[in-house]
Amino acid sequence: MSNPLEDMEKPDVIFCIGTNMTECHPVAATRLKRAIANGAKLITADPRRIALAELADVYLPLRVGSDVSLLLAMAHVIHREGLTNQGFVEGRTTEAEAFLQHIEKFTPEWAETITEVPAADIERAAILYGKAERGAIYYTLGITEHICGVDNVQSLCNLALMTGNIGREGTGVNPMRGQNNIQGAGDAGALPNNYPGFQSVLDPAYQRKFEPVYGRKVDLELGPTKVRALEACGDGIHAMMINGENTVVTDPERHHCEEALKSLDQLVVIDLFLTETAELADVVFPATAWGETDGVQTNTERRVQRLRKAVEPPGEAMPDWWIVSQIARRMGTPGFDFESAKDVFNELCELSPLYAGLDWDRIDRGEYHWPVPHKDHPGTPILHQGTFENGRGIFKLIRYRDPAEVISDEFPVWLTTGRRLPNYHTRTQTGRAAGIDYLAPGERLEIHPEDVVDWGLEDGGWAKMTSARGCMMVRVEANARSPRGTVFTSFSFNDAPVNVLTGGGYDPVTDTAELKVCPVRVERP
Amino acid sequence: MSTNGTGPTIVLDGEKVAYTPGETVYEAATRHGKDIPTLCYDPRLEPFGGCRLCVVEVEGARAPVASCTAQCQAGMEVRTRSARVEVHRRTLMEMLVSENREVDVDELTSLASQEMTELVDRYEARTGRFQGRQSGASRPDDPNPFIMRDYDNCISCYRCVRVCAEQEGDYAISVKGRGFDTQITVEFDGHLKESACTFCGQCVQTCPTGALGDLKALAYRDVAGETKKTRTVCPYCGVGCAVDLLTRGNTLIGVQPAMDGPANKGALCVKGQFAFDFVQHPDRLAHPLVRGEDGELHQAGWDEALDRAAEGFLRVRERYGRHAVYGVASGRAPHEAAYTMQKFIRGGFGTNHIDNCSRA
Repeated sequence: MSNPLEDMEKPDVIFCIGTNMTECHPVAATRLKRAIANGAKLITADPRRIALAELADVYLPLRVGSDVSLLLAMAHVIHREGLTNQGFVEGRTTEAEAFLQHIEKFTPEWAETITEVPAADIERAAILYGKAERGAIYYTLGITEHICGVDNVQSLCNLALMTGNIGREGTGVNPMRGQNNIQGAGDAGALPNNYPGFQSVLDPAYQRKFEPVYGRKVDLELGPTKVRALEACGDGIHAMMINGENTVVTDPERHHCEEALKSLDQLVVIDLFLTETAELADVVFPATAWGETDGVQTNTERRVQRLRKAVEPPGEAMPDWWIVSQIARRMGTPGFDFESAKDVFNELCELSPLYAGLDWDRIDRGEYHWPVPHKDHPGTPILHQGTFENGRGIFKLIRYRDPAEVISDEFPVWLTTGRRLPNYHTRTQTGRAAGIDYLAPGERLEIHPEDVVDWGLEDGGWAKMTSARGCMMVRVEANARSPRGTVFTSFSFNDAPVNVLTGGGYDPVTDTAELKVCPVRVERP
Repeated sequence: MSTNGTGPTIVLDGEKVAYTPGETVYEAATRHGKDIPTLCYDPRLEPFGGCRLCVVEVEGARAPVASCTAQCQAGMEVRTRSARVEVHRRTLMEMLVSENREVDVDELTSLASQEMTELVDRYEARTGRFQGRQSGASRPDDPNPFIMRDYDNCISCYRCVRVCAEQEGDYAISVKGRGFDTQITVEFDGHLKESACTFCGQCVQTCPTGALGDLKALAYRDVAGETKKTRTVCPYCGVGCAVDLLTRGNTLIGVQPAMDGPANKGALCVKGQFAFDFVQHPDRLAHPLVRGEDGELHQAGWDEALDRAAEGFLRVRERYGRHAVYGVASGRAPHEAAYTMQKFIRGGFGTNHIDNCSRA
């Protein structure tokens, strides 16, 4: 997030797109609800009539995967209505002229033909955001899990840049990170393009900087993303170590994923449970869990906080860092003489300019937002104040592209996937917490009540859902949250393995799977 | 206006103190170290003035004033403790407690659950003095596994109603009737699951009498030992809510929200509040497993498993080259896991064959 969570109570206009925040980030949503209670206006863009849609002043029920066209048309209207912030555009951005010319042809009427949202509503939303004193954008995986995920994000950045809604209190472009430490995993360098602290692996200066850390020169080339590595299993990739991820259930194209992992000479899994993924491993190591482990995690607002051990782990379980270090030492890899989580974290702080002002003891109370460039620095709750990291904010010329697969006679229904409030991911944790089953006993496919009738299905009965890649059975829930022709299910339940169906395409820049769009056929079994 | 050169002041127990315009007498007094009893007060909520325990004497006022709703005015003379105020508070406590079945509430009931018990002790309130009619009927029929609804112990402070509306924005809890007919309820008098309730547990944690209770924590009430609290951060989404883990010995028995948590300021959701017990689930892996020649996974010692993993990676490196090994770090585990994973790949193989689970 460019802005801290506490800023969520400060905007006068809030634009939520591709985020079911009340279910996926419920505590953040409480702040938005307070902002609304205090008079802020809410624009919600989402294919499903989620709770944020009910709270919205303007609701834009766009077709799945049509975000770019909506955002282009909003930019068009903002400029047409003279709401472009000329001072900000001239003082802090570049490529504005080309961008403002680019959006001339993308009228709301054009966008209506793609998004199925009335042009007048697109105009209302654009004018509302364009006139905001403090306009803030919030988004989640509904923006990024598309073949055009990067385009979607850059389209949102364009809106913030043209209206000057960045670098100030109560504004910003704010992705809500979905996992407790997904931000921290990137910060710590578990990325194929960056060393710790987002220092590029393509830069020879960083290669030199890190040579003593790794005891060798690391390739001056990007590694493959996980998606590409899974594709290369058995053909280029022959061993994997997976830590705390149930890849088989979370990733698209489940059958392919299982075959890929089975084809490895060696699979090592470090986890809390014998997950569907761990069952395929040659060696499984028992890790200590939350509540049993000292460590650090960074939240969605870049706040670096301590995790503390309260109980002993079961049996012989050990912390992840210890297990990885022991394997490395037995392979003769230098630099793994860590004796505590504190040692590991402090080494990261020495190497990451974003963490240079932090260490294990300084984050005891969790008040710092990175970047914290030196020990006297108070941290950076709001990014891009006064200047952007690379100088000027760059407008990007984005064009709409169809999803990788679009509905057809054979697969006439849009499937989109996500989470529900009581469950988390593949239920390795929530499925083992007493009482959660009372709230969510099993998976349901949410279908508009009229579609349920038209398709010859019954509320509570079974449906067979088929995509170009696979087929699954799931119970039907007649629910008007789903628009006509679009169905929804979560990926939480192993007995409703929706990722057997997904996987039509990937974003060409990030390799993020298009999990939010999958044409399917839904029929009575 | 009486100022001290720095801003407006009031006279608090004979001492001139500064206040911020808009500040209530209660806020100013507690900021200056005064200990004023409250029951309907939660600092996150709008002032309510329901329980009247926070009464103080204000010079010139006819009757004691509820300090939580009275705003400071320049020159105001306030007495937070006087014989008259203390008698008044004691009487109020005796009236409040008169209809409660129990005064001693298990500490596992909730974060605020001891507030009334402590005040009854402090004022030596005679619990039977006003015994008679009672308001609020309990709902043992509600089968939800998280929230106990024992309204026999309710004093109608409305903290649950207000936290649900003001803090959560859910408006699930409401009040039916007045006086002795007051009943805290949800729409159509139903069960919580059929209402707008999201089971965030905020009503439980703010309840000062134990009328609402954390059923998951209470299930551990027979575990021996002193309850210990450890500050950590919720393991679910990316918001990073601070929580206190409740433990007795080596048993994790519950979670309470951290009111001073920098990201959440006391708020939690159903997962953070109630989905903690996966940690001590019998399915947890307790020993390394190694696949045997029979194709099955078998329990192994650490040495055997670590050697097997190390030898496997070395063998693959030798046979297929250093680009044949890949690491997937976790977005759930701490930094130290991700850092050592990337170092393992970069140091062991000289490649950037490392990613985390953010792309799916």
